[in-house]
Amino acid sequence: MKERSENITSKVPAVIALALILLLWWGLCASGMIPSYMLPSPADVVRAFIGDFPNLMYHAKTSLQEAAYGLVIGIGLAFVIATVMDRFRWLDQALSPILVITQTIPTIAIAPLLVLWMGFGMAPKITLVVITTFFPIAVGLLEGYRSVDPDEISLMRAMGADRYQIFRFVKFPSALPHFFSGLKISASYAVVGAVISEWLGGFEGLGVYMTRVKKAYAFDRMFAVIILIVIISLLLMALVDLIRTVSMPWTEVKAEHRNERT
Amino acid sequence: MEALSTQHITKSFSGRVIIEDISIRLMENELVSLLGVSGSGKTTLFNVISGILQPDSGQVLLRGEDVTGHPGKISYMLQKDLLLEHMKVIDNVSLPLRLNGISKKEARMRTGPLFEEFGLKGTQELYPAAMSGGMRQRAALLRTYLGSQGGVALLDEPFSALDTITKGQIHTWYLDIMEKIDLSTIFITHDIDEAILLSNRIYIMTGAPGQIKDEIVIDRPRNDRKEFNLTEEFLSCKRKVLKTLEGK
Repeated sequence: MKERSENITSKVPAVIALALILLLWWGLCASGMIPSYMLPSPADVVRAFIGDFPNLMYHAKTSLQEAAYGLVIGIGLAFVIATVMDRFRWLDQALSPILVITQTIPTIAIAPLLVLWMGFGMAPKITLVVITTFFPIAVGLLEGYRSVDPDEISLMRAMGADRYQIFRFVKFPSALPHFFSGLKISASYAVVGAVISEWLGGFEGLGVYMTRVKKAYAFDRMFAVIILIVIISLLLMALVDLIRTVSMPWTEVKAEHRNERT
Repeated sequence: MEALSTQHITKSFSGRVIIEDISIRLMENELVSLLGVSGSGKTTLFNVISGILQPDSGQVLLRGEDVTGHPGKISYMLQKDLLLEHMKVIDNVSLPLRLNGISKKEARMRTGPLFEEFGLKGTQELYPAAMSGGMRQRAALLRTYLGSQGGVALLDEPFSALDTITKGQIHTWYLDIMEKIDLSTIFITHDIDEAILLSNRIYIMTGAPGQIKDEIVIDRPRNDRKEFNLTEEFLSCKRKVLKTLEGK
């Protein structure tokens, strides 16, 4: 209970900061310093968000689908590659630099190529999401596999454990916290990745809608889309945290006991 | 009867001999200590006996059977309890059974009754993080016991990370529990008092390369060790050990 109230007090500064920014935004618009066709006021954006809600939901569904498919494939791919790289040292040495290089390629630059190769359907969008989400998860898993206490592995070997058992009982569980840290980053990348790829062509999705309202100079609706993307990303990150807590009950115990001792 | 013996074990790493010609034996239900300064190769010897390291020469015999380089037969406990944080205590303790292909349910059923005997009643469903250092070591010893199919366990400074008071309590508990279960152990320590208090016999090891220098028998029966460390007999044992360590 005490912990909960501490949690709330620790969020107060963030709420105040956010409120101040909103106030500043509103003040700039209300005073007429920035014309409303350049920057719509917060009230306009909220109005647009509500008025446009059915439209926004329709497009969000498509973007979310792309993000979800991409993220699931990204997780699977990251798991396979990280696990194989951890198992075979030479493969690790061969692939590590390539993995890093793929991350320096700007997403926005390959998106048009993907559209060129795969058309205007879902495929290029999902591919882009896979490319962006795969890396943080793979790196997290690899780091996790290597964070294992070597004494734990010695003990498992002394108990006669085979490679698979060492993986199952020691390596994989130790990698879980790192996996979830990576997943949290990837979840927020996923939606943004889908939207970016939609900018470059497509029939529906938040990115497509965004380019449409931009061309109509409906900046209030554009802001509404941006805010929706922010909300979706935050919700996804919260979902990852929830799954993490549920699937790793022992971390809660650890935190509780740390508090008790201090 | 001899539970375990090593015969002329030598092991070197990149040309440097770490342990040389080590022959020790462990009788049934005996507690033997391996006492020596750090760097005398005690842990290397344990790694060889447990089978995770292959010696350059020599053999490890478990009840006469050659188990050199075959892990999983002789149980091993380290200074860190190494309980896996993500598993409940009962699953940690029964892990050796599961590694041998026994189902989780069956392993839990076999392990459960031992909790009380080991003074771990009520901790089955806890995560290790919720237990004190002393309790964690008890759980680790129970796991070690369950992993010792041949009734032989190696304990590598198992209590050295505990504070003095907890250590005293766990010593009493350890002598007590060892009376109840069938387990022959070799116990690494650099604490002379601990070695005398907890052993039937002490091997004294000196370093670079690690060799067995002497063997000291502690005559006092194990079930009569209460306040043993306050007696003259204890001090005379300690004098003997110190003399050997100093090389006189």
